[in-house]
Amino acid sequence: MSIIEIEQLAKSYRVYQKKEGLREALRGLWHREYKDVNAVKNISLRVEPGEFVAFLGPNGAGKTTTLKLLSGVIHPTNGSATVMGFVPWERSLEYRRRFALVMGQKNQLWWDLPAQESFRLHQQIYQIGSSDFKKTMDELTSLLTVQDLLGRPIRELSLGERMKMELIAALLHRPEVLFLDEPTIGLDVIAQHNIQQFLKFYQAERGITILLTSHYMKDIAALCKRVVVIAQGQIQYDGSLSGIVDSFSGDKIITLQLAVGQSDTGLERYGKLEKIAMPRVSFRCPRSEVSKSLGEILNNYQIDDIAVEDPPLEETIGKLFTHVSKEDSSALTESSDVRPNGMAANKP
Amino acid sequence: MSDSHSSKSKATDTIKTRWMILQIALAERLAYRGDFVLGTLVRFLPIITQIFLWWAIFQSINPNDPNVGRLSGFSFQDMVAYYLLTMVGRAFSSMPGLSSSIGVKIRDGEIKKFLVQPVDLLTFLFWSRVAHKIAYFSISTLPFAIVFYLCRSYFTLGWPDPWTLAAFVASLFLSFALGFYLEACIGLIGFWMLEVSSLLFVYMLFQFFLSGHMFPLDILPEPFLSIVSFLPIKYLAYFPAAVFLGKVQGTKLVIDMGLLVAWTVFFLALSQIIYRRGLKRYSGYGG
Repeated sequence: MSIIEIEQLAKSYRVYQKKEGLREALRGLWHREYKDVNAVKNISLRVEPGEFVAFLGPNGAGKTTTLKLLSGVIHPTNGSATVMGFVPWERSLEYRRRFALVMGQKNQLWWDLPAQESFRLHQQIYQIGSSDFKKTMDELTSLLTVQDLLGRPIRELSLGERMKMELIAALLHRPEVLFLDEPTIGLDVIAQHNIQQFLKFYQAERGITILLTSHYMKDIAALCKRVVVIAQGQIQYDGSLSGIVDSFSGDKIITLQLAVGQSDTGLERYGKLEKIAMPRVSFRCPRSEVSKSLGEILNNYQIDDIAVEDPPLEETIGKLFTHVSKEDSSALTESSDVRPNGMAANKP
Repeated sequence: MSDSHSSKSKATDTIKTRWMILQIALAERLAYRGDFVLGTLVRFLPIITQIFLWWAIFQSINPNDPNVGRLSGFSFQDMVAYYLLTMVGRAFSSMPGLSSSIGVKIRDGEIKKFLVQPVDLLTFLFWSRVAHKIAYFSISTLPFAIVFYLCRSYFTLGWPDPWTLAAFVASLFLSFALGFYLEACIGLIGFWMLEVSSLLFVYMLFQFFLSGHMFPLDILPEPFLSIVSFLPIKYLAYFPAAVFLGKVQGTKLVIDMGLLVAWTVFFLALSQIIYRRGLKRYSGYGG
């Protein structure tokens, strides 16, 4: 049985339509117009125990809303979901003791107290036995190398150190499911890397199920085998990270190193020139024409070196996002039919 | 953690959790010692102005000897004694920052913590507030004792009898609970209003005049006196002081104590209801 099962989950918010100007503001005191905003539209998804899944999408795509639904903070407008067999928004104490939510932008620890104190409170509210508590805490603090910082007030810690403490607090009760909402937001490269390494190790060791949202492609590339792209409140893609490039980018980038004295004239025939820094020339070439073009180029030019690469992932995903936001939802349903394998493959 | 938890050990867990919240909140309070000590001590300054104010008022009643005149049964000495006692009452019942901090928790989404973690918001806030009060009294007991010692001449009747004293102490603890749940209710309105500060301002204004903090409610003319004596806010300052001074006795004392308990239970229940409703709204239940 899947550990997380989401069936046709939808969430819409009613928001007050504020209009411009004082006159409208006064009118708004009596007569208000509301508009329904669909944050999540009929998402269906299954996650197996031990999976590390990334939610990827532009701001406002519905990633955080989905995590909030799964952690029981909000009720859905429609649809159903279970996590470990629990309906999250029933918020049973039993469920609360078995999962954790970490939000990169929210501080859950006591600002003026050392992390240690917050951990002791967690021990009590999660009813962790003292030997388990000590063992888990020793393990986590040494993995994250924060043993020396336990006695310092949270407000004196750096953002990265604080994030480590947040993670420890969330993992003390050994949750089976962990929701991470942008855990590396605002961190420097080294701190990001540390958190990534820790999550990777911990997830592999414990086999817990993690759902993560992030804007950093590096987080996702380092951690998640499975990526779910959400945009406009719907799942646009579900599969491996590399699969995104295969499915959404029809181009390859060819970089040539021309031999001394060679000119680049005429190369634009084979594709759109991207970058010229003689003797290196990069251009974009439709995937289907790569071998044909390369054959001709090797015949006509003297080449020292050739590299054929996928376009950068960020670019492809950026394209995917803008592509989605330009189309209306009916067009989206159509395009979902032509998705290559691996996509929309989350139905049982 | 296991299902085989007996009800007894569940009860112990509940107590332990509250005890832990209290400890941590106390530790947090003491993190700002300096500011805290100063803030506590500054509250004693108005005593002097109050004494002068009442002296001036009684002087206008009887210019020859202000010590003789009476105002609704209160002599000048009674008035000062009353004022000092309302300070004690308010030390228990006032909840600085409670409503606004609940409002902020709702607005900034910090409330999520209490939906995700197995801990109840109101329990948490209540025991944190107990810790605040303990920290407050640990610093203010000595100055209170000094002030009362210096002002002992104003207490013309001396110490009340043990029963009255017991009723006084009980009313102080109940006024703490009443004050807490009353302000919690106002803060929880933040689920419906983005900003509770103006609402709180109106409440504070009423409380300032009608809790008896400024003057004994007995001097109010009818029908205001009858109306105010039905309101719960008189228990926040007026009632404990009146009990101590022997102004409420016999059956009246029993009835009023009963009403205080009833109001406390009412606001406790109301805060629970508002919280549940608020959560439904917050989480978009059925919306």
